[in-house]
Amino acid sequence: MNEVVLKSGEVDTSHGPILYLEDVSVSFDGFRALNKLSLYIDAGELRCLIGPNGAGKTTLMDVITGKTRPDTGSVYFGQMINLLKMDEPAIAEAGICRKFQKPSVFETLTVYENLELALATNKKVWPTLLAKLNGQQRDCIDRVLETIGLVEHRLHLAGILSHGQKQWLEIGMLLMQEPKVMLVDEPVAGMTHQEVERTAQLLLSLQGERSIIVVEHDMEFVRSIANRVTVLHEGSVLTEGSMDEVQNDPRVIQVYLGD
Amino acid sequence: MLLRFLKQDKAATSLLGCVALVALVVPLCNLLTPAESLLHFSAYSVSIMGKYLTFALLGLSLDLVWGYCGILALGQGAFFALGGYAMGMYLMRQIGNRGVYGNPSLPDFMVFLNWTELPWYWYGLEHFWFAALLVVLVPGLLAFVFGWLAFRSRVTGVYLSIITQALTYALLLAFFRNEMGFGGNNGLTDFKEILGFNIQSEAVRACLLMASGIVLILAFLVSRWVIQSKLGRVVTAIRDQEMRVRFLGYRVEHFKLWVFVFSAMLAGIAGALYVPQVGIINPSEFAPLNSLEIVIWVAIGGRGTLYGGIVGAVLVNYAKTLLTGWMPEIWLFFLGTTFILVTVLLPDGLLGFWGRRLREQKQ
Repeated sequence: MNEVVLKSGEVDTSHGPILYLEDVSVSFDGFRALNKLSLYIDAGELRCLIGPNGAGKTTLMDVITGKTRPDTGSVYFGQMINLLKMDEPAIAEAGICRKFQKPSVFETLTVYENLELALATNKKVWPTLLAKLNGQQRDCIDRVLETIGLVEHRLHLAGILSHGQKQWLEIGMLLMQEPKVMLVDEPVAGMTHQEVERTAQLLLSLQGERSIIVVEHDMEFVRSIANRVTVLHEGSVLTEGSMDEVQNDPRVIQVYLGD
Repeated sequence: MLLRFLKQDKAATSLLGCVALVALVVPLCNLLTPAESLLHFSAYSVSIMGKYLTFALLGLSLDLVWGYCGILALGQGAFFALGGYAMGMYLMRQIGNRGVYGNPSLPDFMVFLNWTELPWYWYGLEHFWFAALLVVLVPGLLAFVFGWLAFRSRVTGVYLSIITQALTYALLLAFFRNEMGFGGNNGLTDFKEILGFNIQSEAVRACLLMASGIVLILAFLVSRWVIQSKLGRVVTAIRDQEMRVRFLGYRVEHFKLWVFVFSAMLAGIAGALYVPQVGIINPSEFAPLNSLEIVIWVAIGGRGTLYGGIVGAVLVNYAKTLLTGWMPEIWLFFLGTTFILVTVLLPDGLLGFWGRRLREQKQ
């Protein structure tokens, strides 16, 4: 077996997957939100997660980002990093970032300041107190502003943005964090048709350099971006495959349409 | 840099100008004009203005934790009192053998309790620099330990508020006990000298008022610098969406702790300036009600503005001076009613309301 030498801050993906979830179970007051779920996400992959309400999609994201501790199972980031031993800031620092279902931007700060807070830099207290943006970081923010189409809103408070713009701002905050894995929960809810298309283009352009997991109910959107789809049902993986395979799977049809 | 700041922020500049004016004019008029002159301020006015300025600093300190970090700390008075006690202990040691019992090293109350030795925690307090150090270190350390435990366990909201009330109440009970060695019920008083000068003299009182004004201005400038730094924005973000900040990779508990400790240190300094001007510190300063009153100052002034704490503290205390002189029994009713009215009608406080009006007029 080859010894792999890692630089600090790098994730060992020599075996392919960047994220390993094995036999993960979570229950809340007797309700099994996740039931022995196993899932592998490859480095650079864009994966869509679908499933009816209560299938465990958001709980899955909570487990990966450290918000919820599973009762059993293991969650590894690359070969070496055990996510169950880390808390939310540590996981975020390691390179797993998340967009929430409900757009969660800081409404009393401007668009620019929102991005500044997300910027990948030293996030300890004293360095933050003395932090000054350098030219490179300013360019980085400007680039992201352009990508998410909010250049003319840069000095507006995030609270006055439309729902779709808030979604974009939050995606922009993810980009600022330069993550290795992006968890994107319902990115196109509340967006116009054009905005949905642009979001699809953006996510497609990001795959390869980052791994992206998208949870979405909008099947048309999923079809437009997905090459691999995982269907969750009652806390475990029901099936996995291309969109066509999944849509023609009788079990999936039954889960979605009922008997 | 300071000049640019003065140009940019008119409101802050005028507020600081007022503070500087009070801190300069009142003591000068007191010292330089004859008692019958119209311009004369009595010794009483000097000490009461000094008291207001220390309360303003206390209000500012609470606005930092509550207005910006969203921590409704109902124990801010405890840090104020601790700073006050550190200063009081220094002033007690300055009495020397001029006490009633004439003991050169023991304060009167210890002689009265038949103590023969100074407790270890009174050592070194005959030095002003050491007392000054304790004024910030003791409140800072208490805030650090308390905050570390509370924020690490993610205690927030009303639970945290209740624990802070319990903290100040526990200290109240502790300081009431004679065995604690802080003068029990009577506290520390009968001060004679500060830095070798007679503490009762008008010149010293004038200097104390000026010192309070200078410290308040400095504290405001530093607080403002903190709030306008990136740390200030992180803290505001924590107030609005704590969970989200964690997912950005910030250790929320460390940021809250930093602000909490900083604010406790400011409160300690306020207490240390307060004690020589009123001439006494006793356990009633730890009363939970005092800490609640500070919250009311900030709510009335307008939280999350930095000026709000200052303006609210001065206004409410001025009203308190007037009303308790005129009809003491209605003061608490007045305070309660004002608090309710402000909360219902002006949720951003007086300054928040005023600021919004100005912005609307501009548009």
